Amino acid sequence: MSAALAAAVPPSATMRAQTAADRLSHLKRLEAESIHIFRETVAETENPVMLYSIGKDSSVLLHLALKAFAPGRLPFPLLHVDTTWKFREMIAFRDARAKELGLDLLIHTNPDGLARGVGPVSHGSEVHTDVMKTQALRQALDRHKFDAAFGGARRDEEASRAKERIISLRTAQHRWDPKRQRAEPWHLYNLRKKRGESLRVFPLSNWTELDIWLYIEQENIPIVPLYFAKERPVVERDGQLIMVDDARLPLAPGETPQQRLVRFRTLGCYPLTGAVESDAATLPEIIGETLAARTSERQGRVIDKDGAGAMERKKQEGYF
Amino acid sequence: MTVHQAPTAFTDRASGYAAFLTAHRSKAVLRFIACGSVDDGKSTLIGRLLHDTKQIFDDQISALQRDSRKHGTQGQEVDLALLVDGLQAEREQGITIDVAYRFFSTDKRSFIVADTPGHEQYTRNMATGASTADVAVILVDARQGLTRQTRRHALLVSNLGIRRVVLAVNKMDLAGWAQGTFDGIVAGFSDFARDLKFSEVKAIPLSAKNGDNVVDAGVAAPWYTGGPLLTYLETVPVHAEALNAPFRMAVQWVNRPNSEFRGYSGRIASGRVRPGDSVTVQPSGRTSTVARIHTADGDLPEAGEDESVTLVLADQIDASRGQVIVATDAPMRVTETLDARLFWAAETDLSPGASLFAKIGTATVTATVERIVSRIDPETGKPGPAERLSANDIADVSLRLDRPVAVDAYAENRETGSLILIDRETTDTAALGLVQAPKATAATPGAAMPGAAKAADGGGLLARLGRLFGR
Repeated sequence: MSAALAAAVPPSATMRAQTAADRLSHLKRLEAESIHIFRETVAETENPVMLYSIGKDSSVLLHLALKAFAPGRLPFPLLHVDTTWKFREMIAFRDARAKELGLDLLIHTNPDGLARGVGPVSHGSEVHTDVMKTQALRQALDRHKFDAAFGGARRDEEASRAKERIISLRTAQHRWDPKRQRAEPWHLYNLRKKRGESLRVFPLSNWTELDIWLYIEQENIPIVPLYFAKERPVVERDGQLIMVDDARLPLAPGETPQQRLVRFRTLGCYPLTGAVESDAATLPEIIGETLAARTSERQGRVIDKDGAGAMERKKQEGYF
Repeated sequence: MTVHQAPTAFTDRASGYAAFLTAHRSKAVLRFIACGSVDDGKSTLIGRLLHDTKQIFDDQISALQRDSRKHGTQGQEVDLALLVDGLQAEREQGITIDVAYRFFSTDKRSFIVADTPGHEQYTRNMATGASTADVAVILVDARQGLTRQTRRHALLVSNLGIRRVVLAVNKMDLAGWAQGTFDGIVAGFSDFARDLKFSEVKAIPLSAKNGDNVVDAGVAAPWYTGGPLLTYLETVPVHAEALNAPFRMAVQWVNRPNSEFRGYSGRIASGRVRPGDSVTVQPSGRTSTVARIHTADGDLPEAGEDESVTLVLADQIDASRGQVIVATDAPMRVTETLDARLFWAAETDLSPGASLFAKIGTATVTATVERIVSRIDPETGKPGPAERLSANDIADVSLRLDRPVAVDAYAENRETGSLILIDRETTDTAALGLVQAPKATAATPGAAMPGAAKAADGGGLLARLGRLFGR
């Protein structure tokens, strides 16, 4: 095996030698890749939308989208699928950001589910997630005829996510077929689809939880205050600390919420999102805690425990 | 599997955090592909890397213990392969059916692993994983020795431009850690790989199941002193073979928010650019000067490979999506005909005369297959005749495009020398393609293609291609 293979191309004035100083930081490289994905999608689809879930990944996604098209405006609207069970602080944050940035924000709630009073407490996590998230998302995509939807999912989150493409094709019924995924070599994305089919696009595919936190810190990106430790009223349910965010959470006889110093690693519907005991009140403290964590961030998500392969099944049914 | 460091929480948060940030910012990322046949233990090896670098959380370990009882193939022991075989179908069949990306990091580096299946029908996934990798880890079962699959994998990663390979001889525990077995496999591989243009082959005897020589050095083979796999991955040069290619940026999006601003957005495929540089828009051929390098964080004095930027040119010249902005003194080849090596991914056959979309950079054109020049034997790399191609065939073809595009040879530039073919009816990605350099006789020097003429005159290029493509 000879090592002399690279000694080939003649030098030219434009071929400046790359030095270590030129090397992009890991975060800069991830940022550039995400921006590339945003631009490719907008250039090759007719009616894209960005799914905005208000969480930290959505905050990063929005920040990258704004960068991709600067100095121009964001060339697509945002869609929030509101289950009506989000933390109140999430909704306040959403509305403040939309106003501040002048965002075109669409909010959709499944009207059937609302009429039937579907919720996580009365119907359980599986039915609630299916009706108020999965079905609601499909309704919104169909109503607005969106042909591509950006989402903040990352491959490091869960085993079936690790097999997801950056550009993921969905049938007219919004189903994902893990056995019929397209090859995605180099940075050549195939954004073509048949009539009725749509795409899910994941610009954060190659980011990890740590990358997200470091980027939030580096770029000073606003996030919902629930991520920072604070005294909050919680009750313990099945080993999870559930915050009593409003009067809809029924308390057992004699059960009283306790003030505990907690924060959230992920955000969703409040009765389905476990808090962690923590005193990390700044980004460096959160990053330190992330580095030393012994449980994954999804551990606080009740819906991921709906049995083995739960996420894969939900994805096939059209869950983001 | 979330990246987190093995060390515990910072004892002194403030100083620990500062030190961590400094270390993290200078850390390089290594992308590698792991390939092996069914049962070579690839998923177990990756599971072992994740586990022993402490990437696995407690809740994932308890899920693993539960799953091991249900699907595991390791008896009473925890089956590490289940950490990476994410899909239900895979767990049920005990196989890997699709390329997956894993992330882990150590104090020295961050890693992205393309975990690709070894079955013959999934060649396209392996080519996909290899297309962005710096290093390939090729697994061999010590008891089986080199197989047809090993040869295919080695040839494939060589084709895709990977120059550094780890020959991971796995299951050495089941082969009694016999040095003769290991040496025999290494000798056989060196023999076969002589024509594959690898700059380095690092052979490591290991046991993914027991962990010997994966993260920590094994004690079972005192005759081996070359260090564990992770040590190699932490120290192998990243992008060492990256050519200092000239400036290229495909226009993705024309950013025109108002009459005051007109910028061309794209991700720099190679080279560097500064304001004042002379650039040419190809294929149109118009030349201008870079006025500004705009980003959301302000203008840059210089930008390089992999950066996403928006270029403002000094002149009002027309550039649109699909065109490429290049260094004026090192233009690309502009052509309507292409010789390409294809990795055929579709389930349907390909015959001469077929019409597909070709995506090259940001350009999408219609491509007609004029001729199937030869099918490449996937084990020997030797060309042979073929009238049609079926799934997972590798072949050299001639394509005619409905309009000119700017390209480089894949051997010179992975980003600007690659393409995908898209089936017009199913819209599926039908093939991965590598642009071949024009043959000496076909390289007609002319105003339209000075780059090609220069490259062909550069000597050594054709010889290098010959070695690469086994001619």
